Amino acid sequence: MDLIHNLAIGFSTAFQLTNLVYAFIGCLLGTLIGVLPGLGPLATIAMLLPITYALTPEAALIMLAGIYYGAQYGGSTTAIVVNLPGESSSVVTTIDGYQMAKQGRAGVALSTAAIGSFFAGTVATLAVAALAQPLAATALLFGPKEFFSLMILGLVVASVLSSGPFIEGIGMVVLGMLLSLIGTDINSGTQRFAFGIPQLFDGIDFVPLAMGIFGFAEIVRNLEPHGDISLVTQKIRNLFPTREDFRRMMPAIFRGTALGTMLGVLPGGGAVLSSFASYTLEKKLSKHPEQFGKGAIEGVAGPESANNAGAQTSFIPLLTLGIPSNVVMALMVGAMTIHNIQPGPQVMTKNPPLFWGLIVSMWIGNLMLVILNLPLVGLWVKLLSIPYRYLFPAIMVFCSIGVFSINNGTFEVYEAALFCIFGYMLMKLDLPAAPLLLGLVLGPAIEENFRRAMVLSRGDSTVFLTSPLSGGLLAAAAVAVVLITLPAIRSKREEALKE
Amino acid sequence: MKNVTSRLTIRDRRAFVSGAFFLTVAVFFYAVALGYAPGTTARMGPGYFPRLLSIVLAAIGLFVMAGAMRPTAEMQRLRAWDLKGLLWVTGSVMLFAFLLYPLGFVISLFVLIMVSSKASPEFTLKGALANAAVLIVLCVGVFVYGLGLKFPVWPTLFN
Repeated sequence: MDLIHNLAIGFSTAFQLTNLVYAFIGCLLGTLIGVLPGLGPLATIAMLLPITYALTPEAALIMLAGIYYGAQYGGSTTAIVVNLPGESSSVVTTIDGYQMAKQGRAGVALSTAAIGSFFAGTVATLAVAALAQPLAATALLFGPKEFFSLMILGLVVASVLSSGPFIEGIGMVVLGMLLSLIGTDINSGTQRFAFGIPQLFDGIDFVPLAMGIFGFAEIVRNLEPHGDISLVTQKIRNLFPTREDFRRMMPAIFRGTALGTMLGVLPGGGAVLSSFASYTLEKKLSKHPEQFGKGAIEGVAGPESANNAGAQTSFIPLLTLGIPSNVVMALMVGAMTIHNIQPGPQVMTKNPPLFWGLIVSMWIGNLMLVILNLPLVGLWVKLLSIPYRYLFPAIMVFCSIGVFSINNGTFEVYEAALFCIFGYMLMKLDLPAAPLLLGLVLGPAIEENFRRAMVLSRGDSTVFLTSPLSGGLLAAAAVAVVLITLPAIRSKREEALKE
Repeated sequence: MKNVTSRLTIRDRRAFVSGAFFLTVAVFFYAVALGYAPGTTARMGPGYFPRLLSIVLAAIGLFVMAGAMRPTAEMQRLRAWDLKGLLWVTGSVMLFAFLLYPLGFVISLFVLIMVSSKASPEFTLKGALANAAVLIVLCVGVFVYGLGLKFPVWPTLFN
């Protein structure tokens, strides 16, 4: 079996001592930032990205991936114990998780989340391993027009799934693509939009942009006066679910895992979408929908499994097609480029230890997280008592150092400060930043493939629609747009009918 | 529909400004892109794709602005900015960048932490000083000695 052989390569890479250590560091950091509200995996990965120069590519990617899925665990811990979602993907967990905690069942809720997450992590790891090869093989058949259409599909779906009106999401994608044009045009050597500033010749780096928006601007927003958050910590007593609990949570875990695995692969999908979808599904399927919101164990089991599965399978498009499906994956592209790895189908063939090592390390990481989380819950919750006025200067320090170390220069630091103002403006206008970053990351590849496809077709732009594969991808994008506009029409009509 | 006035009004100010923002950026990029050769569809020059994107963004901007004036649009105001917080946060980062080369890592970190701490309404001098001390020791230990990043640690004036 090929799969077993490949997994064996993965195990031998992932079990090297340094890689184990970095997987552990990643999981630990991920849990830490998952617990702390106001600091997400995005800012953390952006912060640590430049520092991974010193590591081997395997260790770097293993650690960064650990931060991402580790944050899902940490986020759910605080969601359950103190009703504070550390991550947006655990927002729904607060609904029933905190209610369980209030009923003195915090321990059970935590173990449910851990069991669900671990199960989902295992299945998702296998899904990544099984799907990677066929998908990568398909990708090798792709020409410029297919890649162009695939990326358009990805960006459209990502905007469909982002918050706020779809059209504004698309606007942000296009804006991101325009920003990506800044710098040297590889075909002609022309400096575009650089205005003679030599630091812009290589284009706008996405780390200062991500840091400005998700690090600094986020801090400004968190500092704005808002409602008091009261921390009521419940004593954690019994960790073990009863037999009845198991009977109720297992189907939810299975469904959550399946849903998350599928939604994670979608562009723009990932952990957040999966958890919300799973909660809705569980509530619809339940025989006791009235218990939801009052401590239904399914409301914890489903979303917690789904967010973990989604976090992991969102690596599939990145590793096989070279297309990041969400902003964290866009940062992973950056991490790979730092180590001179071109993300895409060739990673698997050119660098099997890296590819399979990363996949297997995700499973090992999930195991570490269960061990790390359940016994240490008390410690994580204590971290929440650090006041934000001490925490945010620390975040600022780490972000500034991270940005500086991209090029050992202060230009990027100034850039990040300006993007902070820009990011704050976006927040005030409710414009989603995630599509912007995806546009920025995918922009150059889209232009390149567009131009190549046009050269090959001698300027015939209908080729995107007439070629079956490319046409199918664009049709899928069109369907996504229609689907998002339909309910809008419907709800508007309902509004009209009310009057 | 009885009370629809003939004059168009901006109902959703948030969306209107968002659309205007898209339009402004698009016009700017288009104007600059006019300086780059467009080439033909079969052999695109550096100016082709930027112009295309600018036109798309301008169209989106106009669409969003028009949407904000529809009689069915939700009434929304612009949200107020916390200028003080924004100023302390961005200012401290810029100061850090500005001071790093002449004064070194330790002093510029100190300035960054003290100035940014002012952004919090719960600022206390003692707390900020203690936080600065802990963070500076941690950062010098981890980044300079641990990871070996090339920072000028002390003021370069003395070297």
